[in-house]
Amino acid sequence: MGITKRFPGVVANHDIHLTVRKGTVHALVGENGAGKSTLMKILYGMQKPDEGTIAVDGEQIGFSSPADAIVRGIGMVHQHFMLADNLTVLENVVLGSEKLYGIGGGARKKIKEISDRYGLNVRPDVLVESLGVAERQRIEILKVLYRGARILILDEPTAVLVPQEVDALFDNLRELKSEGLAVIFISHKLGEVLSVADEITVIRRGTTVGTAVPAETTPRQLAEMMVGSELPTPETAESTVTDKPVIQVAGLTVFASGAPSLGELAEPTGAGLLSEDTAETAAAVRRILDDVTFTIHAGEVMGIAGVEGNGQTELIDALIGLKHADSGAITFLGDEITGWATRKRREKGIGYIPEDRHRHGLLLESPLWENRILGHVTEAPNAKGFWLDIKGAQEDTRRIVKEYDVRTPGIDVTAASLSGGNQQKLIVGREMSHKPRFLIAAHPTRGVDVGAQAAIWDQIREARREGLAVLLISADLDELIGLSDTLRVIYNGRLVADADPATVTPEELGSAMTGAASGHLEHVAESAAPEDEAR
Amino acid sequence: MKKFDKERVLLAVAGPVIALVAAVALTSIVLLASGKNPFEPYSLMLEQATYSDIQVLIINQASMYYIAALAVAIGFRMNLFNIGVDGQYRLAAMMTAVVGAHLALPSFLQIPALMLVAMLTGAMWAGIAGVLKVTRGVSEVVATIMLNAIATSVIGYLTLSDKFGVQLGNNMTTGVMKKSGWFPGINLGSDVGEIYGLVFLAILMGVLYWLVLNRTRFGFDLRATGASETAAAASGVDAKKMVLTAMLISGAVAGLSGLPLLLGDAHTYSLTFPTGLGFTAITIALLGRNSPVGIAFAALLIAFLDKASPALDYATPVAYEKEIATIMQGLIVFAVVISYEAVRVWGLRRQQKQVGEELAAAAANNNSPKEVAAR
Repeated sequence: MGITKRFPGVVANHDIHLTVRKGTVHALVGENGAGKSTLMKILYGMQKPDEGTIAVDGEQIGFSSPADAIVRGIGMVHQHFMLADNLTVLENVVLGSEKLYGIGGGARKKIKEISDRYGLNVRPDVLVESLGVAERQRIEILKVLYRGARILILDEPTAVLVPQEVDALFDNLRELKSEGLAVIFISHKLGEVLSVADEITVIRRGTTVGTAVPAETTPRQLAEMMVGSELPTPETAESTVTDKPVIQVAGLTVFASGAPSLGELAEPTGAGLLSEDTAETAAAVRRILDDVTFTIHAGEVMGIAGVEGNGQTELIDALIGLKHADSGAITFLGDEITGWATRKRREKGIGYIPEDRHRHGLLLESPLWENRILGHVTEAPNAKGFWLDIKGAQEDTRRIVKEYDVRTPGIDVTAASLSGGNQQKLIVGREMSHKPRFLIAAHPTRGVDVGAQAAIWDQIREARREGLAVLLISADLDELIGLSDTLRVIYNGRLVADADPATVTPEELGSAMTGAASGHLEHVAESAAPEDEAR
Repeated sequence: MKKFDKERVLLAVAGPVIALVAAVALTSIVLLASGKNPFEPYSLMLEQATYSDIQVLIINQASMYYIAALAVAIGFRMNLFNIGVDGQYRLAAMMTAVVGAHLALPSFLQIPALMLVAMLTGAMWAGIAGVLKVTRGVSEVVATIMLNAIATSVIGYLTLSDKFGVQLGNNMTTGVMKKSGWFPGINLGSDVGEIYGLVFLAILMGVLYWLVLNRTRFGFDLRATGASETAAAASGVDAKKMVLTAMLISGAVAGLSGLPLLLGDAHTYSLTFPTGLGFTAITIALLGRNSPVGIAFAALLIAFLDKASPALDYATPVAYEKEIATIMQGLIVFAVVISYEAVRVWGLRRQQKQVGEELAAAAANNNSPKEVAAR
């Protein structure tokens, strides 16, 4: 098909080719930001491609809205369910499609029929608010089928499910495909993809890099395709690790139901996906972080490898104070900081390069110098006591722009007008300027051009020499292996394996990332030592 | 650098100008549709503005609008919509009037005490919504609307004659305030009128508003929360504390907005005390883009529409309905919301493009790889 999608300034999708056959489950894998969502939005008519064509049953088509797509038999099951809690299942299904089979007996009959045919086991007359996540998901699927979809797009459907529910979902998907429907399954959990998909397409940096047949592919090979290894190697020369612990984490546990500190405020009326009683049971099952224990010393870079969504975000949030630990303790330079607020942690020397710089690292519509203040508003050179020191902040922004090679015409332009790489350089410069003792670096070089990448690595190495402790979370295995002094693998919220970056290969890490290996990863014989050692 | 400054001024002015032009054009269409002269009412109203007694009325009215709009703007700056300014203002004015009628201190204590009462009452009333939002997640929009209605009932109850009410003719008042709490105005003669002394309070508050928001750490945190709640939380802002603080400040400011009239002229809270000030203030804060200078112009404009429009009813040879001004106010709200968003998006795109071009040009000179703008 060769779809290309450009956004102002960036190309989100470039020359994508994807063919989905009838009666198959086709998995689409790729890291976050690889362009999966954009592609799906194009397929579902939410956005238009700038180049390329889409054909259904050999007929070339152009969508201008999701309504067009559904007419063509393409339906989307979103990651975040779009159901009205206070309506029944029947009402939710017919909502917006009242014309199809009416709203009464006809609709109920049709729902029953679809439910039985695909084994969805949906009860039309219960209230949605009384249902659990898995059942809500089946309603979403039924909603799409009800509207006559022949091609279903499922966006990370397993993200919210526990393992048993995942198995049940996969049974449903097999039913669907045996009835001749096509399913596009988006995920980055490689194990799941291999177990359910008939064909796999891998997307990296906005383009399709290859296809795979599950029977002939290992998770490792898939991980390699996803991550790629085309970048300059970030090798660290000599070890600078000292025996002085900077940050110690002991038994850190976070439950899934622990609402994010801002969620309640951001959506005061939203009851969330789970009703109260299901939330409790789910919490018992789902620990997003489970008994995580580690120590990082001064001068040490500890890398965490893992497929995204295995607890990395929660670990970062717990360390910077956005999420509070349900149990366990965090000690920073001898002080227990588990109960500290985010601002205090930052003032005391925890630097933070966030995963999602637009959401957590920048005020996009504010000028660069205000972004330089963000996160360090109480510290010099940004403030003098109660007052802001605007001159000082602007002066220092100019210094950062110069030293970190942020390409911008000036410090008064908005952060949004910089490219992603330059935004990242500004953030790195800002965090490094405050001489942190401990740096949380989440994907520090994501979306950054090769030159800037090397500069950021140099900055981290230099600070490490001066005794900085770094927690490095990255999807780029070469970056992890090259920069880290020690490596851990996170899987399902647990640190399941460790490895020596001097000897381990990306393939070996990849297998631990999918849960296939655990313990200490020896270069020759993988998965030998007991799991305890890893924690 | 200069170029971007000019750019910002252009963008700041473009929104209001487009909005006003659109609102005037639409009002003319309404006039045409009702078979009237589409331009004469404007000239009639502009003529009114040349009379000094009308000018005094406009300035006095604008001072109250200005303070109330600042209260709204404080909320807006951090994405809080305090629709309850009206209730906060009325309740505060009433409480101040009651205290002013019973408390007798020398002037230099009485006036600050009355201001304090007004601020505390407003802050308390807004604080209820703040507490509800922080502890129970109740939307401040809903809570403040409800509190407006409750304030009306509370005021009705407290002004009963067996509570604090005093019957004065056929008007129910709270009794005349003690003279020491009257704030002297600037008398411009009996045929022109008196400018409220507290007009200067409005100006002072505008300066304070700017200073606190733009020059203090607290102001930065507040603006950061408004710009991106997630980024602010990651930067260490305690969102709940911020919501509560902003509501309290907004309420306190709202409480002050009735004082120019109360201490300067009315000297009692009665049935004829103006209502709806807080709603007009929302329009003004929107039109003024939450900027202290913008709000000042917007307050003067709306006060002008208010005070110049009654003359339309008595115009000769053809009278116009003074409600034209009300229609125009409504249209301004629409036009403002639409044009500001359009200008904002357009400005952001334009800047991205410019930065991209400038960097590309620089890159071409240095022969280094081209950088593109991303959002």
